[in-house]
Amino acid sequence: MSAAAQVIPATTRRQQWVEALAGISFSAPAFILLLLTILAPLGALIFLNFTDYELGAIDFSYIGLKNFNHAWTDPVIRRSLANTLLYVAIVVPGGVLISLFVAILVHRRTRTRGLYEVIYFLPVTSTLIAMATMWQFLLHPTLGPVNSFLKWVGIGEVAFLSNPKLVIPTLAAIGIWQLVGFNMVLFLAGLSAIPRDLYEAADVDGASNPVDRFLRVTWPLLGPTTMFVIVTTFITAFKVFDTVAVMTRGGPGGASEVLLYAIYLEGFQYFHLSYAATLALIFLAFTLVFSIAQTFILDRRVHY
Amino acid sequence: MAGLSLRGVTKSFGNVPVLAPLDLDIADGEFLTLVGPSGCGKSTLLRIIAGLEPQSGGSVSIGGNGVDHLRPHERKVAMVFQNYALYPHMTVFDNIALPLTMARLSLLERLPLLRLFSPRRRGIVEGIVRDVRSVAEQLRIEKYFDRKPGQLSGGQRQRVALGRAMVRHPDVFLMDEPLSNLDAKLRVHMRSELAELHSRLGVTMIYVTHDQVEAMTMSDRLAVMDQGHILQIGTPDEVYKRPASIAVAQFIGSPAINLLAATLRSGGQVELNGSTLPLRIAGQSEGPVSIGIRPESVRLAAKSDDVSFPVKFRRRENLGAESILHFDAAGVEVLCKVAHEGHETIVEPGTDMTLAFSPADCHIFGTDGLRIVTEKIELQSLSGGNRAAALAGQK
Repeated sequence: MSAAAQVIPATTRRQQWVEALAGISFSAPAFILLLLTILAPLGALIFLNFTDYELGAIDFSYIGLKNFNHAWTDPVIRRSLANTLLYVAIVVPGGVLISLFVAILVHRRTRTRGLYEVIYFLPVTSTLIAMATMWQFLLHPTLGPVNSFLKWVGIGEVAFLSNPKLVIPTLAAIGIWQLVGFNMVLFLAGLSAIPRDLYEAADVDGASNPVDRFLRVTWPLLGPTTMFVIVTTFITAFKVFDTVAVMTRGGPGGASEVLLYAIYLEGFQYFHLSYAATLALIFLAFTLVFSIAQTFILDRRVHY
Repeated sequence: MAGLSLRGVTKSFGNVPVLAPLDLDIADGEFLTLVGPSGCGKSTLLRIIAGLEPQSGGSVSIGGNGVDHLRPHERKVAMVFQNYALYPHMTVFDNIALPLTMARLSLLERLPLLRLFSPRRRGIVEGIVRDVRSVAEQLRIEKYFDRKPGQLSGGQRQRVALGRAMVRHPDVFLMDEPLSNLDAKLRVHMRSELAELHSRLGVTMIYVTHDQVEAMTMSDRLAVMDQGHILQIGTPDEVYKRPASIAVAQFIGSPAINLLAATLRSGGQVELNGSTLPLRIAGQSEGPVSIGIRPESVRLAAKSDDVSFPVKFRRRENLGAESILHFDAAGVEVLCKVAHEGHETIVEPGTDMTLAFSPADCHIFGTDGLRIVTEKIELQSLSGGNRAAALAGQK
């Protein structure tokens, strides 16, 4: 036994070495890609944070946490953060609940299901920049059909995009419009995955009216899907940019300034690249904290 | 508790007929099995009875009352599904309690928060807990109350599904292949447990299976189905000993019945391999017929009166207590089940042998596949008219 134990290791050690090498070379391509596309840019971002580098500048110096201090006191950043959070607070519940409702309605269709899927999915496939232009026309105070309808009904002209109080809710509504199709497809997949015999069992057990069916079977079994939809919707909503850039440019009077738009302005309009990096890091921290919190809180309630 | 009757129940999906018009009466407290190959319509029939699927025609009544217009839970039936259909997000207790919660609490009393305002809710919930406990004790699943179905084994899930069905004290139990997802050993165990449950509860049970052993062992009566028709209804004994058609004879019994081609001669005599069977058949035109013999009725040594036919020995399957012997009878495989007696002679494959069977043990089927009523040769003395009447009565 001990003699054998003395002899074998020479070959085993060699074998282990070969196995380790094989393991490393198999995982290397993925790791290198990860390093080049995600970790290295992130490292560069963090490094830029502590400098005063400006786009096009020849040199830069280390300034420590000055960028963070600036961000902390910058009224523009505070405002855009508040606007972004308001936007998220409207888009997440709206985008999730409306798409769930639409998905349940569409799921019941048999022959027309494909048609509805395409219709609701259209906004997802179209570029939001082009669609934003369309919305700008639709919501135009004098030319837009929405306002002429409101005038016809007797409500009168509503300045959707130039009233500081309405601009974020309006953008949020467009955001929801764009998201519903995508979320609906996710919910449809979740709905299709619910075994049919559970509904039949519910029918036999007396949970046959729509409210009971939804509360006892559909909603709990959609848990994992809902969690995924909430997290992706949250991240998408937090990244709102195109509608702001095309339709309002942060106006009126900064009422629609959002975090990503502020980063864009700082980085590519004012060339404060290091400051933009700081803001990007704050942005990243927000999405990360929210995603992790949601995953941990919901995960415990969702899986069975 | 109640019996159940079906009158002219049909079902078709679009243009595809699934069930031919069916009439079926099930007595109060009876254990009836619907058995047949997959796709024969047995599950569809069960779902029609449950109210999960509307029938295309005909009517269903339970306990003498028509239930066609009632939703499944209003029919006082309970169903055990093939995959158990337990709610994966609920604990075992909640799964079993759900039918009671639904029946005893109003919608408002079941809603979160709002239910806190109901003064009578507490008493009802206590009643539910009591009832769920008593059912769980019968099935010995109280210790799993806090687990979720995902944490249970197949047999335990099966019990929970049974508990959920029992807790409402339904008039009729419907079971859709409840044992098919269990392993062989557990299936045998659950088979006897279900039969015991049936005799203890004394409730009407309709059981769907494609497994003829389950059908034979558990049921009071079984209905053999194929392609949307009920081929035969009877006690397991009747169906086994007097199969109404080749399809029934082939489906029930393992190993399957042997079928030999024979000829019906004028005068009602059946000829097999040139020898005439001591049987007489009346009222049938001459032509080819099939003789069915159960493997256990095939003998290696002929007794007096026996019909014998030449075969070649092929191979032997040892089942421990008994053997299945495979023979070749002019291109047709013939199986013979023999009990071990301890002094078997070893026969080389290819050996020519003679097999025999008693005319009393054979089933004769016409070209249409239906059973032909036979009479022993002694009946010959009866006059023609009387014999025909006797035969008609027998049939």
